Amino acid sequence: MMRLPPFSYLAPRRLDDAVRLLADHGPEAMVVAGGTDLFPNMKRGQMEPRVLVALRGLPELAAIRGSAREGLAIGAGATLAAVAEHPEVVASYPALARAAGVVSTPQLRNMGTLGGNVCVDTRCNYYNQSYEWRRAIGFCLKKDGDICLVAPGSRRCWAVSSSDTAPVLWALGAEATLAGPRGERRVALPALYRDDGIAYLGKAPDEIVTELRLPPVDGWRATYWKLRRRGAFDFPVLGVAVAVRLEAGICREARIVLGAVASAPREAPDAARALVGERLTPEVIARAADAAARPAKPLDNTDLVYHYRKRMTRVYVGRALRELAGLPIDGLWPPGMRRGPGEGDLPSPAPARDRAG
Amino acid sequence: MTEACRTDDGSPPPPVAQRAVVGRRLPKVDAWAKVTGETRYADDLVLPRMAYAKLLRAQHPHARIRRVDAAAARAVPGVYAVITGEDFPPVRFGILPVSQDEEPLCRDKVRHVGDPVAAVAAVDEETAERAARLIAVDYEPLEPLMSIERALAEGTERIHEYGDGHNVHKLVSLEFGDVAEGFREADLVREDAFFFEGNTHLPMEQHAAVAQWTADGKLTLWSSTQTPHYVHRALGKVLGLPLSRIRVIATPNGGGFGGKSDPFSHEMVVARLAQLTGRPVKTTLTREEVFYTHRGRHPVLMWVRSGVRRDGEILALHFRTWLDGGAYGSYGVASTFYTGALQTVTYRVARYKFEGCRVFTNKPPCGPKRGHGTPQPRFALEVHLDRIAEQLGLDPAAMRRRTVVPQHQKTVNHLTVTTCGLPECIDRVVEASGWTRKFRRLPYGRGIGFAASAYLSGAGLPIYRNDLPHSGVVVKIDRGGGVAVFCGSTDIGQGSDSVLAYVVAEVLGIQPEDVRVVTADTDLTPVDLGSYSSRVTLMTGNAAKDAAEKLRALLVDAAARKLEVGPAEISTREGRLFVRGDPARALAFDEAARLAEAAAGTLVAAGSYTPPRRAARYKGAGVGPTPAYSYSACAVEVRVDPETGEVRVERVWIAHDGGTAINPLLVEGQVEGSVYMALGEALMEESAFRPHGLHKIPSMLEYKSPTTLETPEITTFLVETRDPEGPFGAKEAGQGPLLPVIPAVANAVYDAVGVRIDEVPITPEKVLLALDRKAQGRVPRVGPERLPALAFPEPIRVPPPWVDPAGRAAAAVHGQGSVP
Repeated sequence: MMRLPPFSYLAPRRLDDAVRLLADHGPEAMVVAGGTDLFPNMKRGQMEPRVLVALRGLPELAAIRGSAREGLAIGAGATLAAVAEHPEVVASYPALARAAGVVSTPQLRNMGTLGGNVCVDTRCNYYNQSYEWRRAIGFCLKKDGDICLVAPGSRRCWAVSSSDTAPVLWALGAEATLAGPRGERRVALPALYRDDGIAYLGKAPDEIVTELRLPPVDGWRATYWKLRRRGAFDFPVLGVAVAVRLEAGICREARIVLGAVASAPREAPDAARALVGERLTPEVIARAADAAARPAKPLDNTDLVYHYRKRMTRVYVGRALRELAGLPIDGLWPPGMRRGPGEGDLPSPAPARDRAG
Repeated sequence: MTEACRTDDGSPPPPVAQRAVVGRRLPKVDAWAKVTGETRYADDLVLPRMAYAKLLRAQHPHARIRRVDAAAARAVPGVYAVITGEDFPPVRFGILPVSQDEEPLCRDKVRHVGDPVAAVAAVDEETAERAARLIAVDYEPLEPLMSIERALAEGTERIHEYGDGHNVHKLVSLEFGDVAEGFREADLVREDAFFFEGNTHLPMEQHAAVAQWTADGKLTLWSSTQTPHYVHRALGKVLGLPLSRIRVIATPNGGGFGGKSDPFSHEMVVARLAQLTGRPVKTTLTREEVFYTHRGRHPVLMWVRSGVRRDGEILALHFRTWLDGGAYGSYGVASTFYTGALQTVTYRVARYKFEGCRVFTNKPPCGPKRGHGTPQPRFALEVHLDRIAEQLGLDPAAMRRRTVVPQHQKTVNHLTVTTCGLPECIDRVVEASGWTRKFRRLPYGRGIGFAASAYLSGAGLPIYRNDLPHSGVVVKIDRGGGVAVFCGSTDIGQGSDSVLAYVVAEVLGIQPEDVRVVTADTDLTPVDLGSYSSRVTLMTGNAAKDAAEKLRALLVDAAARKLEVGPAEISTREGRLFVRGDPARALAFDEAARLAEAAAGTLVAAGSYTPPRRAARYKGAGVGPTPAYSYSACAVEVRVDPETGEVRVERVWIAHDGGTAINPLLVEGQVEGSVYMALGEALMEESAFRPHGLHKIPSMLEYKSPTTLETPEITTFLVETRDPEGPFGAKEAGQGPLLPVIPAVANAVYDAVGVRIDEVPITPEKVLLALDRKAQGRVPRVGPERLPALAFPEPIRVPPPWVDPAGRAAAAVHGQGSVP
């Protein structure tokens, strides 16, 4: 069997205690919330913390406060299941409800938290392997080695940002609240990430993400599309978050953010510009989808071949925009993805067959 | 030809009401233990003073071992013993007598990543793992031979020193009748090439084993194995011990699917470590180790040429297979024959030629997985026939139905068909699926596909040559009326323990709850060969029936004497023995048991079963015969997204002729499980390797197997022929229903978007590639484009049974290399 290595588990009851404990233990400590990412990674020796500072005992981190009018503050410790089912999130920020609802499985969403998904480790199929496997291949930059096995000529790590919620939060204009020994601060989502498979977070190691703050809805509509092999378990191999602000059918502002195409969520500003000032017609959407596919540069380090993932960027951006525009989507609905508020996490019933008569 | 009929003699089966147990939808006898968590799997076992073992496995796919230095590992506190290949007698083992090529721990050479080299027993798993990492192995790396082509290339290293050629494990060449003649007579001759990628069983339970030596010098091994009898023999050989000193207990398997059918190195290792340390020793493989140990589905490249008459009648069939066997023999010789054996038992084939080849490569060894060697050629044959039907302008389901094999006759390659419910299976599926109004008539992006198949109800011959029964059962009745059934069979979740209880309860007129089943313990239970080849229901069922009927006769005699009637007038039902027509004159079952024991002595009876000896006389004739073939037909409706290439299976209709359903609930469960597993193989599962030999995705997360969300609505029909060979007419259900599903999916994809994916799995990128080719005006197909240049030997020529019923080879044979 695979065993979890020994570690000390500290369970503070107050946020300032957690911040202090994390600082006191320095690089050998990590925070743990749901543990759904960290514990398997520890079993494989990808992470070797000696001390875990648990965030589960901090009730203020689980709160969801606010409204669509004033903005929503979601505690980083809220479980993904709680976020996916929260009435205000479902009603006013359905893209976030959908993204939280397509992470892994129901069991893991009951344990995993929004903060954990926002900070989820970057992934690579040379890295998410056992110690023995990684030793056999000669280890990689991200852990225990000195070259990138995906792009051996490269000086950097190309592990893939694999959060479902981060592209949505970014597209919605969210901010993250960080608590650290130097006090509390807020950063816009783009500042939380760096396009580097190892140092993929733009926060200090001793800072804790405590809250994700969504701005007032203010006419924005957003959606999220996830490409993966199966309707459960799988991390995204492409995530598409699209947010638009429409006035009388005309797009006034737009943000398109791609997940799982780089080591950080990647914005597609050219694609967004193609929408501004336009009605979301099939032609405008097709132009934006073409533009969005350009910044997507997936490498061969996840499930599904990379040129396929690149090709799907155009398709998925197009479909996400068509969904927002209320246009019909001809293709297959992604498995396990909710169609709309409150539809649950089951595949929608197959459309009527036998029309041939 | 004979039309479908329900029973061997044409009469309808007796109404279910005549039977109290058989045919009823009952819970499994182990259901409560399973759902409450009471079931003890091998990893649940904890014995006093137990140590934990960890195997050090090769990180090179192909290398010579220069030296193993375990000094640092031995020095770790908490380590009890470290062993290497030198700690075993220089003996090799393997499941087949012709392929004794495995060592408990490799001495000179490693042949795949994961090959075991050394092992540690320690106070806990963490210590064992830490110590194992300290064992220094000095390797001389050799070129990894990761493909059939590379392994066959001249000048490469030989992975094994035996076989039928340079890295050729086995070569087969057989011809039944003159295929050239058939091709000359044919209205249409067509050739196609296919590839079926390897995949793995993925049981929920990883393999685990616990060994204990007792002070009397006896060894007990608990193991999650499907074949305790073969493990027993292999342990005796490797440890140099008389079999009388070894007891093997197969623990309940958390799924097997063929992946626990070989004797494995970790079983030998815990036995040896237990002997050396004087402690019980346990090991549980990691999921990654299961990917290395697996013996999964062989990757098979295939070529098929057939000559057919205008109406679809097959006048000649020529089939070639190239199997990527991986690093060891395992069941590979049998697998090779199986890629050519069962093509003839679904449709009439007038002349047949089969050439097969298994190649050693530096991948984890392949072996039997659900359908053993037959899903690959079934995929090829059924897609090939779909094209032939299209070329001939025939409905593919109707064409198949017209050419179904006759019942109670031999096929061209001397396999005996008993009952065959395939025509009715086809009818049920065609009708329920709306086939006729859907096929080639659904709008673009939607499609329906059809296929049919056949499978064994147990291999007709044992793995090692002997004249002994394949299955033995002992039944004992105590003075309180309790009934205990003892049998060597292994419940791997398929319900074999339950079948024993149902059969015995039916015969004795009691309920399954009144029966205690003791299985899979070589000390306590008579031999059953194991849970493989879909043999258990038929073979243990017959043996159990045999034993129970002997005891029933004693009870009936005693009751008849007491009730003063003739034995023929006694009925047994609901725990009573009564006078037929006068049920008030009755004895309770336990009362009858005491009377019988007083009259006849202790109430114990043994039953045994040996399959009919039907194998023909040619070399290779031992693979394919069975007491009875099961039949399946399947229609699959899909949607294909032309923009993403995604294939979604929306509905599956499947009809299975498994003979009498002893428990229809369990048969349906086996059918649905087979459909689910087939869909995974059809659409996503593959054993993928990096060029330097590492498995690319050895985890439950990244080896993509479908979830419930990918599983469509499945409509199952049981077509209950009543086969004269099976207990109460039963055949098999555990493997056959997998076979037609995969080609039905491929045929449905073609119906939906007009492209042929001649390669499993049918992934979205392959569908898009084929659609791109179609758009470019190229051949709208993805599949193998070239075949290995390998000369097959002159075939063994065997006249068909209508020429020579004995099935003797026609002349002296050249080119059939022998295997040690």
